[in-house]
Amino acid sequence: MNRKLINFISAFFYTLTGLACASLVIIVAIILGNIVVNGISHVTWEFLSTAPKAGMAEGGIFPAIFGTAFLVLLMTIAVVPLGVSTAIYLQIYAPAKSRWVHAVRMAIQNLAGVPSIVFGLFGLGFFIEFMGKGIDKIFLGGELYMGQPAIIWASLTLALLTLPTVVVSTEEALRVIPKAHREVAFSLGATRWQMVRYVILPQAVGGILTGTILAVSRGAGEVAPILFTGAAYYLPYLPTRLNHQFMELGYHVYVMATQSPDVDATLPILYATVLVLLTLTFTLNFTAIIIRSKVRRKLKIGK
Amino acid sequence: MDKNKIRIENLTVKADNTEILKNISLSIRQNEILSAIGPAGSGKTTFLRCLNRLIDTEEELSVQGSIKMDDKDIFSPQTDLSFIRRKISMVFAVPTPLPMSIRDNLRLGLRFQKRLSGININERIEKSLRAAFLWDEVKNRLHESAMKLSGGQQQRLCLARSLMVKPEVLLLDEPCSGLDPISTAEIEEALKNLKKEMTIILVTNNVKQASRTSDRTVFFLMGDLIEMGETGRIFTTPKDKRTSDYVSGRFG
Ligand SMILES: Nc1ncnc2c1ncn2[C@@H]1O[C@H](COP(=O)(O)OP(=O)(O)OP(=O)(O)O)[C@@H](O)[C@H]1O
Ligand SMILES: [Mg+2]
Repeated sequence: MNRKLINFISAFFYTLTGLACASLVIIVAIILGNIVVNGISHVTWEFLSTAPKAGMAEGGIFPAIFGTAFLVLLMTIAVVPLGVSTAIYLQIYAPAKSRWVHAVRMAIQNLAGVPSIVFGLFGLGFFIEFMGKGIDKIFLGGELYMGQPAIIWASLTLALLTLPTVVVSTEEALRVIPKAHREVAFSLGATRWQMVRYVILPQAVGGILTGTILAVSRGAGEVAPILFTGAAYYLPYLPTRLNHQFMELGYHVYVMATQSPDVDATLPILYATVLVLLTLTFTLNFTAIIIRSKVRRKLKIGK
Repeated sequence: MDKNKIRIENLTVKADNTEILKNISLSIRQNEILSAIGPAGSGKTTFLRCLNRLIDTEEELSVQGSIKMDDKDIFSPQTDLSFIRRKISMVFAVPTPLPMSIRDNLRLGLRFQKRLSGININERIEKSLRAAFLWDEVKNRLHESAMKLSGGQQQRLCLARSLMVKPEVLLLDEPCSGLDPISTAEIEEALKNLKKEMTIILVTNNVKQASRTSDRTVFFLMGDLIEMGETGRIFTTPKDKRTSDYVSGRFG
């Protein structure tokens, strides 16, 4: 081949790959730009602090913000202890190559691959129909109390969905702690739990926090798992009990986009709601990235 | 002086089908420095790890035989593992300060004990650091990260950290392998002072260090105990040809 042709091909692929990257950036910019331009003027204090009015064509989104915060708070309370202890078990307690550990890892990987709508159906079937109805039958003689869509069931469903995120990032944080650190603790007379408590966990906090924030950010944006398990179209009150239903930002977007009686009237509110939702998840992801890079730097210095 | 602190009988450690330690029997006297020498892979580290049962953490290894400290079997199911590991504390070959302050590193072992009222932590920190020849260098920076210390300082910190729990037996696995001659001399000096209070087992791949510091020396080769005796005799008139070859640097 002659030189010119080679140069041409090389330049061609350079341009092509460059364009691919550029198009990615452009697409993100268009999506964000569109949302920001159309939504920003509507995001006022009033919008953030009041309830929807006039069939969602007016008013704010406060109940949805409140519901989202409450939902992910409950989810975090459920998923962090479960996820962190699973990771500690896998990394510290379990015999390294046992079948049991293999099975647990497989289960977590599969869990991560399950479509979120399936989690929603599972939540409906297991939490509401089985657990909720079961509780009602046993403790309340069948009176309907827990056996209905509620924020507790929705948050538990989300906790299952985000469990792999927490387990995997905690495991990663534990794995990078040198084995020598465990042996130092043992050689000073630590029990296994003391070793975990005083040597391992303090070093893994960053990783656990990263995983938690990523889980919260994922959980805050998912609609499918809460569709059947507790999210409400519209509620005149804020959820204050575990068996209340709730409004949620993602679901609110879905409702306004598909069920609104007057699509044109709700459009500005829709944009503004999406903007709020995106700001929330971006802030969370960004925080997670910052914490993670700080932790990585600290570990490098540590070596 | 001649009271036996530890008595090891028929100690064998196996990995799958190879024997890492083969039927080792020996006694360690109270308040002596016993050095263990031998070429790489001869089982010195494994030997140390049996003594404080750190070997338990390696599932693939099986241990047979008995080790008694003060006539109590340390492998018996009734043994309190935390107690054993505190009484028989270990300093590793690579300096292993934990990523926390110097003070927190030193206090770590005390956190693992239940009844601690009545001890003066600051006093004990000073005593341990002085014993490890580190006090003057760190007394004004106890709250700084231990990771900032030099390698030699880190290793002396690890020694001080072990001293904090008042061990009766101190295990040292090539504690000077990465250190400069001055730090090495300081650690050796520290050990000579410490043997008044405890029994010390020093694994070293530096035969000069063994001859300088220890009362008795044991020579391992491929998992066998070849020879053990007063350090002076091992270095001047070894009985086994392999020992004389090794201490004179002709192999290994
Ligand atoms: N967990 C293990 N599984 C299998 N083999 C092991 C294990 N630990 C140690 N060994 C083997 O046992 C032998 C002795 O190892 P050990 O670390 O005790 O030697 P050493 O005398 O301390 O050597 P060095 O001077 O290099 O530190 C080596 O051949 C090593 O490969
Ligand atoms: Mg070794």
